Amino acid sequence: MAADLLTEPYMKFAIALFSPPHAPSSRRALLFAQALVAGGHEIVRLFFYQDGVHSASSNVVTPQDEQDLPREWASFVSDNQLDGVVCIAAALRRGVLNNEEAQRYARQAVNLGAGWELSGLGQLHDAVQAADRLICFGGP
Amino acid sequence: MPKSLLIISRQAPWSGPSAREALDIVLAGGAFDLPVGLLFMDDGVFQLLPGQKAKAVQQKDLSANLQALSLFGVEDLFACRDSLADRGILADQVRGEDLNLLATEEIVALVNRYDQVITL
Repeated sequence: MAADLLTEPYMKFAIALFSPPHAPSSRRALLFAQALVAGGHEIVRLFFYQDGVHSASSNVVTPQDEQDLPREWASFVSDNQLDGVVCIAAALRRGVLNNEEAQRYARQAVNLGAGWELSGLGQLHDAVQAADRLICFGGP
Repeated sequence: MPKSLLIISRQAPWSGPSAREALDIVLAGGAFDLPVGLLFMDDGVFQLLPGQKAKAVQQKDLSANLQALSLFGVEDLFACRDSLADRGILADQVRGEDLNLLATEEIVALVNRYDQVITL
């Protein structure tokens, strides 16, 4: 069944990530997203929510001999020119800020990676409406 | 026709931001007039208990957000009957105006009825 899904027909996917970068589900999310692109499917949006917002941080430092998931996500988004959206409320709560929010709340650090956009939960609903499938990674 | 979305909320109200963040997805969907449903399951059913003293654990009360659901047009509210029973919660303690208590096989049918599902 999985093989069928990844050959024909091409489908539109929305991917939601809820778990932190060090969680196995975050690695699976990236592998799944890469497989979609390799299989010719369309990713209408990546939406990072809850602890998933940390994977859009450019401040995560990974030991040299370990997988740097936030960096791999950033390359994946820019290489494939994807729509990468991070929930603004979840991001603020966890200290993932872009320039505008850092100024608004008078914080020193700007750590939202290039290629990511902070926006609201409406973007998740919009992606659900636009996609054939919503695939979520994380949760309990 | 817009796609329907079921949110399954499985976390206790004071175990972190998960319960609130699940509710936020539902409220956002309601604000956009989308067909969203909310199912309380596992520890998520603790969110339904009245008389919670959020201030005692330095938290904001979630019950106002729960009551806002109907204002946002979200009327499809469900709770897992087994999850309540497993935690010694009686149906009378949680029976809200719109809350439907479902047995396991009804939950299977519920999940099948929705186009998309998010579990938090």
